[in-house]
Amino acid sequence: MIWKRIQGLSYSSNLTALIIFLPPALLLFTMFVILPVGEASFYSFFNWNGYGSPQKWINLDNFVRVLSDPVFGHSLFNNLLVVLVSLCIQIPLALWMALLISDRARSSVIFRAIFFVPYILAEVVAGLIWRYMYDGDYGVVAVIYSWFGQQAPHVLARPGLATAALLVVVVWKYFGFHMALFIAGRQNVPSDVIESARIDGGSRWQITRHIVLPMMRPTIILSVFFSILGSLHLFDLVFVLTGGGPLNTSQSVVSYLYTFGIQRMRVGFGSAVGVILFIICVLVMVFYKRIFMRETEATSS
Amino acid sequence: MKKRISLFSYYRWLVLFGAAGLCLLPMWATVIGGFKTTGDLRTNAFGLPRQWIGDNYASILFGARFWQMLWNSMVIALFTVFFTLVVSSMAAFALAHLRFAGKKWIANYLTLGLTFPFATAILPVFLRVRDLGLLDSYWAVILPQVTFNLSFSIVLLRGFFAELPKELFEAAFMDGCSYTKIFWRITLPLSRPIIATVGVLALVGSWNNFLLPLVMIDSDQIYPWPLGIMQYQGQYGTDWGRVLAFVSLTMTPAIFFYLLAQKHIIAGLTSGAVKG
Repeated sequence: MIWKRIQGLSYSSNLTALIIFLPPALLLFTMFVILPVGEASFYSFFNWNGYGSPQKWINLDNFVRVLSDPVFGHSLFNNLLVVLVSLCIQIPLALWMALLISDRARSSVIFRAIFFVPYILAEVVAGLIWRYMYDGDYGVVAVIYSWFGQQAPHVLARPGLATAALLVVVVWKYFGFHMALFIAGRQNVPSDVIESARIDGGSRWQITRHIVLPMMRPTIILSVFFSILGSLHLFDLVFVLTGGGPLNTSQSVVSYLYTFGIQRMRVGFGSAVGVILFIICVLVMVFYKRIFMRETEATSS
Repeated sequence: MKKRISLFSYYRWLVLFGAAGLCLLPMWATVIGGFKTTGDLRTNAFGLPRQWIGDNYASILFGARFWQMLWNSMVIALFTVFFTLVVSSMAAFALAHLRFAGKKWIANYLTLGLTFPFATAILPVFLRVRDLGLLDSYWAVILPQVTFNLSFSIVLLRGFFAELPKELFEAAFMDGCSYTKIFWRITLPLSRPIIATVGVLALVGSWNNFLLPLVMIDSDQIYPWPLGIMQYQGQYGTDWGRVLAFVSLTMTPAIFFYLLAQKHIIAGLTSGAVKG
């Protein structure tokens, strides 16, 4: 009898709770995430400036225009470059540092905090700091050149060099994030395994190479995943540092979307870029998870 | 054996100090640059100023603009954190503890936001905000920010809620507690660590957000600081002393906050990484 009352109570309160708890999230999410994505794919078939209602249906013209625009191709290439630099420089660097300071010594904790500082700075701040660094007349680069009696180039005004400069800032700003991931990953490697390897006479390098790194594989895979994701988000740094220039050589996909879609209120065109970006993201997520993440789940369980 | 160990520690210190130097050098040059004369900035980027100039910092600190920007950012950030926590913890509670049809479907629906960057939908979001008449207001930034925090926050909170001991809930039921009461009296108080983590992440994200205010806000009275700083930079161009002082002043609260909330920030990142 009592049990029934409890069940009855829990049933009706379940319903009230449901009516109160779920709708706000569903409503907001639908209004500002799901519908907009749907609308973007709808608008992408129109030539529309955002006023009135979209009427000029132009089939796939927007997509054709985006995909045949060399600037878009170059932006996408820059995004790939970011991932590449992250893979070849940033992640190894982060891993190296992480392995040096994953213990609980006081000095390690301090170094960890230092390496993480660039990551917590706003992109705008990081961008402005480096704009100063790269300013050919004032900044740190200028001073370094003057030690050798040379006039410094205006790094951010030269095609190619500007993109390289951007990549340096990306490495500087985000390597601390990857390091934090690696430290967490390293601390998950059970210490008795390492201890027993050491007793068996394994050298520091052998232990790192054959035990620690393989056991950190899931973390490394995750870290690469985050750098791909980050590259697809890249906007603020580009905007502040180079504005995509010179001659649109340092655009990323999102800054391309901003420059050619939002700034000129070309809703149709911008939406087409958004849809392409969306498709890229979904493909990356699905394939990356299929190929790498599933495997890690299988090995870890 | 002893020799090898000390060799390694030399190498370790060398690498660490080198890396820390490279990490901090740009920030050092910035903070110290705010105290320099223009001539000094040209020739002496790393060293201490030959002549300390306090004007750059003072003119910003005693002007109204800087404080107005910080105020705007703070209002936006606090509302964002508040609504993110309220909306996502309620949804996470429903998904963790209530029974209803289509639960899995709804859970998947709400995590769709993890798949793509905000920029993909920014034009339609802009139009929606405009049609709601909210353009150029705090809400134009707060609402989309809250929404785009939801997926991630719900994943984190739900995971934590689901692992709270079941016995507590059963006992509460026996005492005639309703779900709403359980949420307030049991789940939330027990979930402080994860709430702090989600809150801190939302706060940092909002504080640093640039693209959204850039698109949504026009009038400089309600500029959050990232927009304000760009405007300031546009105004003073290569008068780097002023700009660097401004940058340093906006950088300082972030670094202090980081030192205070370090645990939550890093915990948020790694737990998000494991679950995301």
